Formats: sequence, structure tokens, C-alpha cells
Amino acid sequence: MEYQLIHKTVYHYSEPVSVSQHAARLEPLRDSRQDVMGFTLRIEPEPDVLTTRTDYFGNSTTVFGIRELHRELSVEASSVVAVRPFMPPVPALSPFWREVAALFRDPVSPKNTGPYEFVLDSPLVRIAPVFAQWAGRSFGEKTPLLVGVVDLMGRLHREFAFDPVATDVATPLEEVWEERRGVCQDFAHVALACLRSLGLPARYVSGYLRTVPPPGQARLQGADASHAWFSVFCPANGWVDFDPTNNLIPCDGHLTVAVGRDYSDVSPLCGILTGGGEHTVSVAVDVIPLGTRR
Amino acid sequence: MPASYREVAGSGVAPQSDWGALMGEIEALGSQERARRFESARRMIQEQGVTYNVYGDALGMERPWELDPLPMLLSSSEWAGIERGLIQRATLMNSVLADCYGPQRLIQSGELPPALLFAQPDFLRAVHGIRPASGVFLNFYAADIARSPEGRWWVLSDRTQIPTGAGYTLANRLVTARVLPEAFRESRVQRLAGFFRQFQSTLAGACARPGGGGEPRVVVLTPGPYNETYFEQAYLARYLGYSLVEGQDLTVHNRRVYLKTLSGLEPVDVILRRVDDAFCDPLELRNDSILGVPGLTEALRAGNVSISNALGSGILQSPAFRPFLPALCRAVLGGELLMPSLATWWCGQESAQREVLTNLDSLDVHPAFGGVYPTFGGGGARPLGNAGVRDAIHFAPHRWVAQERMRFSLAPCWERDGIVEKPVVLRVYLLGTPDGYIVMPGGLARTGMGPGSSGISMQDGSASKDTWVLSEQPVEEVTLLQSSDSPILLRRVGNNLPSRLADNFFWLGRYTERLDAAARTLRAALLRFSPETGGRELEQLRPLLRTLEAQDQIPPGSAAEDRSVEALEGDFLEAIYSQSPARAGSLRNLAARVVRLAMLVRDRTSNDLWRALSQLEDSVAIEMTSWSAGEAIGLLNRVLLLSASFKGIVRENMTRAQGWRFLDMGQRVERAMSLCTFLRETLVAPQAGHPSLLESVLEMADSTITYRSRYNLLPNLMAVYDLVLLDDTNPRSLLFQLEQLEKHLQRLPRRGGAGLVAPEQRLLIQLLNAARLLDARELGSGNTSLGASETARLLQLVLTVLPQLSEVLAVTYFEHSHISRTNA
Repeated sequence: MEYQLIHKTVYHYSEPVSVSQHAARLEPLRDSRQDVMGFTLRIEPEPDVLTTRTDYFGNSTTVFGIRELHRELSVEASSVVAVRPFMPPVPALSPFWREVAALFRDPVSPKNTGPYEFVLDSPLVRIAPVFAQWAGRSFGEKTPLLVGVVDLMGRLHREFAFDPVATDVATPLEEVWEERRGVCQDFAHVALACLRSLGLPARYVSGYLRTVPPPGQARLQGADASHAWFSVFCPANGWVDFDPTNNLIPCDGHLTVAVGRDYSDVSPLCGILTGGGEHTVSVAVDVIPLGTRR
Repeated sequence: MPASYREVAGSGVAPQSDWGALMGEIEALGSQERARRFESARRMIQEQGVTYNVYGDALGMERPWELDPLPMLLSSSEWAGIERGLIQRATLMNSVLADCYGPQRLIQSGELPPALLFAQPDFLRAVHGIRPASGVFLNFYAADIARSPEGRWWVLSDRTQIPTGAGYTLANRLVTARVLPEAFRESRVQRLAGFFRQFQSTLAGACARPGGGGEPRVVVLTPGPYNETYFEQAYLARYLGYSLVEGQDLTVHNRRVYLKTLSGLEPVDVILRRVDDAFCDPLELRNDSILGVPGLTEALRAGNVSISNALGSGILQSPAFRPFLPALCRAVLGGELLMPSLATWWCGQESAQREVLTNLDSLDVHPAFGGVYPTFGGGGARPLGNAGVRDAIHFAPHRWVAQERMRFSLAPCWERDGIVEKPVVLRVYLLGTPDGYIVMPGGLARTGMGPGSSGISMQDGSASKDTWVLSEQPVEEVTLLQSSDSPILLRRVGNNLPSRLADNFFWLGRYTERLDAAARTLRAALLRFSPETGGRELEQLRPLLRTLEAQDQIPPGSAAEDRSVEALEGDFLEAIYSQSPARAGSLRNLAARVVRLAMLVRDRTSNDLWRALSQLEDSVAIEMTSWSAGEAIGLLNRVLLLSASFKGIVRENMTRAQGWRFLDMGQRVERAMSLCTFLRETLVAPQAGHPSLLESVLEMADSTITYRSRYNLLPNLMAVYDLVLLDDTNPRSLLFQLEQLEKHLQRLPRRGGAGLVAPEQRLLIQLLNAARLLDARELGSGNTSLGASETARLLQLVLTVLPQLSEVLAVTYFEHSHISRTNA
């Protein structure tokens, strides 16, 4: 499935900004599941320096600086992405979760160092016994890993309310956990805390959903903005994605932009400004199917 | 536990010869001389302002540095062993850092458990792959070492991020060598200066600028004056000849780091940082940091600046690394680790975890990475008991380490009442040069609170010592100032002043002058206030009271006619001593403000200047128990005298560079404003022409003598106003201040087009014209009411325009960059 993807962010500042520096993670990921056929980044006013590199987690990161007095900043990322058809793994056939967790106890066999990084605490997600307790109800003695994760995702979806005003990017995980409400980012963080507290590697995924659902299907939550979900490492399959906000295993309607330990590793656009006063931001995301190739 | 090793006795009972000689000399001084020297050490520390900031200390933020003038002695052969051990350790640490931030081969080969790196909050993924041009990640390293009962040295902890204390070591040396000059000469003590000279040349060599373009610019990046070791940062910066800057003084433009100065941006080549790893760049590291430089990581990536130590070097401070060092040493350096570490178990290893859980009572349990989890001390210090510790270890074993408790060796300490022996820990400093590590021959020795205590930290008030490493040969004198083999460029202007410092100098000028005016107004009021004459002279007192009100020295309403004498006395007490924010103009509040500002420019001003200002603060800190006008006037006289000595030092000793210019501008602006504030009150007073009131005008403007020498008669309204407003030969007159300001403005670096009249100049011309056109004789004509006179209009104009001028200067030169963040 091919998509035209446009992500436009516009900032309005109450005071002029004399210098601004931004880091953007807006270019979709190239991996076994998706190809990126085109990517352009349009920035207004034009930056006087812009560099792009691949970050520690393999995401494309662009850093740019603007030294022209401005009251508005517009960043528009447009890409053409092809998502390959994908057969989701059969959960019942996955290895027992305890066997997977055992792989990531110290000392670690060197081949597993990559996933190992996602078992540990990260800036926004700290493991704790309460998460292990709650998550443990989905993982019996002989539960296959992915069966447990599907169950956990379902419970998360049922017990946590989707509430776009309850939280913002700065709301700590503990508060989301107490209030039992939040948005996709929060649900992904809760899932990460649960899985890591059981000793399972799990990572954060940021990306998009198609804006208009295929005929006959309901519009998904989070389709008009950046979306987020999580991914679990399963030795037989590699990383397997789960979308707790919509309670489903992503197939070809999810477009991945970046992966990391939590939101702080993949934040789509963050900036440090000199001046600026108060700011307002508007974000518009459009994901339009271009039809299927071949 | 076996008995502690005694430094003086070595392995035997009789003092080792070096110690014997030193102790003998101290003994020979006699008790009186010993006491005198002990006091002189204290005084030197105080006079040099050597301080250590203690967080949340009730005694105030700054605490004098605790120095025991009796040094720690080490023979050259003993030192050679320490050197070998620590050079090896530093070399190893540097290689491990290079691997962690590079190929991570040690993890792939199983030498390093991945959790040691990946579980560390200080492992900065954003700087992974950045390799310093010199290949040295760990430019500066320190180790805390201590001696066990068997006499062997052990490493207690590693300082790989920001090794603190080298500056205090220098300060200690200075004082100790002066307190014990004979012993210092005779003992052949190895000098420290050579190490710092190497330090300078190594940092200069790290300069990344192609072609060099003259001397590399090295800056010391400080978290600011509230940091615990700010004194030493300023001290080191000054000693090494570097600018001390805060994050907001630097900016990144086109992947290069620049210093914001009065005349624009100047490139920075090398940053010696005292800001923690993750706080150095709010853009790519910790988003909530206010101490860093946005874009610094990108400049490092581009190789346009070098930083010491490399960002992310803090990971090796984790005690969890220690159990792996022997194996790492064999794998990386191909040899045995020479100096052992204090026995440490990382619970991430199953065998270690078992060991720890079995011996929980005799071990200290600490967080393995950073201090976010509680520390479980020995037996008694565990609120949840051993069960709580067990649970915490079981849930996330990799988060915990356990350490053995060691009995440190005892060193003799010189205390007020005599010599006692206390446990000692030594911090040794190493520098990574292109040819390998070198060791500072000396170090910071710290002694514990009493025999048997193990935790030693300057935060809880232990004392420090100089460390004398003795030499077999005569020692060579090294000076840091200039090596003879490199030519010196003559300079008439210092390094360009950072905008932030210009700002601080300007406000220091304003506040010292405000303090001066406040003391003067109060003194004039007190001289006219006497309970006996009561209300009779109150008419002439009222303008002074109104001015005190306007200056926030006394509460609003104090100038009212029905204010009782007792209430006024209370007001006056407040005007001196109040610390309430509502009395912002009280002498004590102003003095505190002045000292705070002086602290911010301390690395640019002389010690004398600092002393004058801190005495000023001291002089208003001792409160009178009850009101005594005589005592109060005495105090005000002292304040004015100290204020005058401050101004004298500024005038006679400060180079006419930009710092001085902004200080003087601040003083001029404030003096003009204080004068006009007071004149505005006196001019409209019912008895504006009363000689007593005019006397107070002359007093306020410090022009009494000038007036008498000119007029030889009772103060006359016209003549007094002419002298204090318009006489450009009177250094206290309004016109004189305005003309000085004009000269300063002409000499400021211009940023806009040349030849154009700058906005601040425009404002000043307006005032100058009004003042020059004014004829004081209008006041004698009796034609208009004084309140509606041109003079009154001028006063009002000054009070309106000068604040605008101050504002324009701030916008143009101080660029107070308010940083904000966005995240979407």
C-alpha cells in the first residue's frame, strides 16, 4: 500500500524569536516493512543551517537553526511511503514469555544486546513492581509471549480512557497510571512500563495512521495527528507492533516514523528559542492512500 | 576489623623520617606561635574569599573553606606507585569510554555487561559516535584513594565527568606554604604549577579551528554562582587565564560555538565544562536544562569545538564498573590492574547478588547508577530493614551495588587545641595529554569527622589539607604566567566582555549608588530628627521622609503629619535592617543585592573591591537592640565610608575597559535619578527655600563645602539648585552625570550603521539640551510657582527618560535572551 503523507506544524509566537534551533524526526523509517520513495522538508523561514543524520536508534534526524527574526515557523514534511503487505504472527505460536524474559537477564548473550537496551529504564518510563503486578495477570506460567501481549493490550484498551485533554507531552507516567486516562503516547508508555517490568524488551514507535479508513471500516483514533504505539521483541519474529489505542496489531495502515525507548527519543519536532514569549501550535496530518503497487 | 594504618608511623611505630621532621618543626614553633599561625591560615582563607557553597545551609550559602594547615606527606617512592596505578587506570577508563561511545566491542565480546552502559541515565545516546579530534575522551580525571590497614592504597571512587577540587588544591597550597614557609622550603615539595602549565597547553592543543587564527579561545562553562564549587571555577579560570562563562553567554551559529560579547559574537574553540553531561545542550540532551548551550552537540559533531571532558564521560563514575575493571584491564591494556578498587559487588551479576544478600549486614548498598534511588547504609541506617533492601535488589538487581566498609589510614590533623589523628582520603588529579596521562604531584586530602568514620564529603563539613609530595632532588620553580619560548602579543584591551557581565556591572553600579543615596538620605533625616524638638522641625524633615518613602526605605504613610516620634523611630530601624521584600530600599536589602551582583562579576574584579563590598554587607548585619540615633548615624557613616572606598578602588584601580564603563554608567544613571527624586520633593515643599532644607540638599549632593567656598552665605534656593543641577564642574551635579554618560555612550561598540545616532544617545541628548538650556535664576524670580517651573519640568524629564535609557541599553547590549522551549 502506498501513501502520500503530509505533516505540517505551524508555530505562532507572541514575541519575535531572534534565534531558534530545532531537532526534527519527521522522515519515515526505512525498514523491512516499509519503503520511503520520497521525502521533502519545507521550512519557513528558511534555516541558515540544516543537517540530517541517522541517530542512535536508526531514525533520520534533522537539526536546523534560524537566525532571522520571526514570529511564525512552519515545518512541512511530505513523504511517499510504501507499506509492504504483512502477515501478522500467530500469537499462540510465539515462545513462552518466561523464555524470552530469560534471554535478557544478566549475563546477556552478546547477540541480544540490541533488544536489551529496551528492557531497562528510559527517561520517561521507569520500571516498578506495580507495573509487573498489573501486567502479570496477562502472563501465566505457560503463556506464549504474544498471547500475553495481546491480552495486556486489550486490558489497557478497556481500562484506560482515551482523553485528549487529560494529559500533555509533559504528563508523567505515574499520573497517567493513577488517572487511568490519556492519549496514544500515554498508553504506549504504560505498555512499555508493564512489559519492561516483566523483563521483556519493548520499544516506543511513533508514526501515522491513514486519515480516511478503507470503505466499511471505522475511522481510527489518532488519525488526524501523529500517532504512537509500542513494539515487543519476539525472538522468532523480531519486533512486533501493537496499537493499544485502537487495540489491534498494525498491518498496512500504520506508517512508522521513528523508534526509541520512549517519546523523548523520538519527539517529532522540538525547539529551543531565544525570545518567542507565548506560543500556539497547530499540527495537521494527512495520510492519503495512493493505491496498491503491482 | 584490624587497626587503622597510621600515616606518621608507616608500618612501624616510630614516625617516618619525613613526618618526624615536619612534626618536629611544628613542635618547635611553640604553642603561642602555633596558635598565631593557625589563625593566620584561617584569615587567609577568609580574605581570599575561598568558599564552598552548601545547599540548604541555614548559615547562608557560602561557607568558608575548611583547611587544616598541616599537610599530608608522601615520599617520592610511594608517590611513584600511586602515579603508576592511576595512570594505568585513567588510560583504561579513556579506552572504555571510547568504546562505549564508539563500536561497543567490549559489550559484544562479553567483557562489559550491557546493563552497565544501557541502564545508565548518563549514557547519552545523542553523542554516541562523536569522537574528539585528540582521541582523548577523559581529558581530566580524578580518583579518591585511601590506605587500608595493611598500608595499601585503594581507589574508593572515580571522577570522570567533572573532577572538582583542583582549584581548592591550589588555594590550599598557597595558604599552607605561607603558614609553614620553613618546612615547605626544606621539605623539597614538588610544585603544582607545572601540571597546570601542561593543562593549558593540552587544552590549547585541543583547539579545533582550522589554521588556529591566533590564540585559541578557551572558556570555562560554569553552572553559575550558586553551584557548590563556584569559587574554585572562578579561581581556576582566573589562574589559567580563561573566561568564565555561563550557558547563556554562548550561542551556536552555523554549527560553531560563539561567545556573546559587547561587540558581537566571538568564536570559542575549547570548552572546559563544569556543567553536568546531560545539561550541556537543551536541544539534544536534557530538554529542561537552563544551564547548557542549545546546539552544542551539533557543533561537537561537526568538530568545530572541543569539550573537556567529552559529553557523557560521567558513565564511568558508576561503582558498578569497578568489579569489571581487572578483566577490562587485561582485555584492553593486556596487564593486571595495579591499584585495586574498594571491594564492590554489582547485583546485576547473579553470583555477586548472592554474595551481597548473604552478607547484607556488613555491606553498604548503593544505587549503581545515579542517585535516584535511596542509599541503604550500614545496619542501622535501613528504615525498611534488610527485607526492604532484599526486595529492591530482587526486583531490579542491576540497580544496586554493595561495597565493603574500609578503615582508612589516620593522618595527623592540626586543630585549635592540638594535634589529633583522623581518617584521610586523597583526591589525585590526572591530565590526558597527547603523550599519555600525567599526574598532579599533590592533591586534595580530606579528613573525616573522627576516627572510624568512613563517609567523607565536603558537603558535610570535613576539613581539607594540602598534600606534599616530596622530591629526592631540588625542585624546579615553575610559573604559569608565560613560557619564555613563546612570543607574547602586547594588548591594550582585555578579552571582550560577555554581554551578561556588562549587564551585571551596570547593575552593580546602580545598586552601589542606590545604597550610597539611601544612606545619605537617612543620615540627613536622622540629623534633622530629634525627639526633643519633636514636630517643630518636621516641615524640613518631610521632603526627606517622602524621598525615603519613594525609595522603599520606610513604609508608605510615614511622612504623614500625624506620625508619632516612636513610629518614626521604628521606621528608621526598618530602613536600615529590614529584610522584607516590601522594604526593597533598606540598607540591608541593598547591601545584599550589591554583594550578589559583585559575586557575579567576581572573576573580573579585584579582591580588594570584593572585600570592601562584603564588609559593607557585614556592617549592616549586626542589629541594634533598641533605637539609638547616635548609633544609627555612626553606622551610616561607616556605610558611606566603605561606599567611598569602593568608589575609590573603582576609580583608581579598575582598568578603563568595558566592565568599568558599564559600572560607571550604572552609577551615573542612579546618581542622577536619586538626586532628581529628592529635588522633586524639596522643590514643591512649602518651605522650599528654608536654609535647613537647602542644607539637606547640599548634604545629599555632597556639595556643602563647595557651596561655602563659593557663596559664603546661608544657602540660597537659586544658588543651591544651580550648583547641584547645572554646574558642570561639580562632580555630583546632574549635568556632570549626563555629560559623563554622553562620553561613555560615544565609546560603546556600535552595532548598527556607523555615523547614525543610536537610540540611547538620542534620549540622552534630550536631557542634555533641557539641562543646558535651563537657567536657575527662574527660581529666584518669584514669577511662577516652583512646582510649575522649568526646573521641576527638567526633574520630571530626567525621572522619565533615564529609566528608558537604561532599558534601551539592556536591549542593545545585554541581549537578555529569554529561552523558551517547544515540543510537538
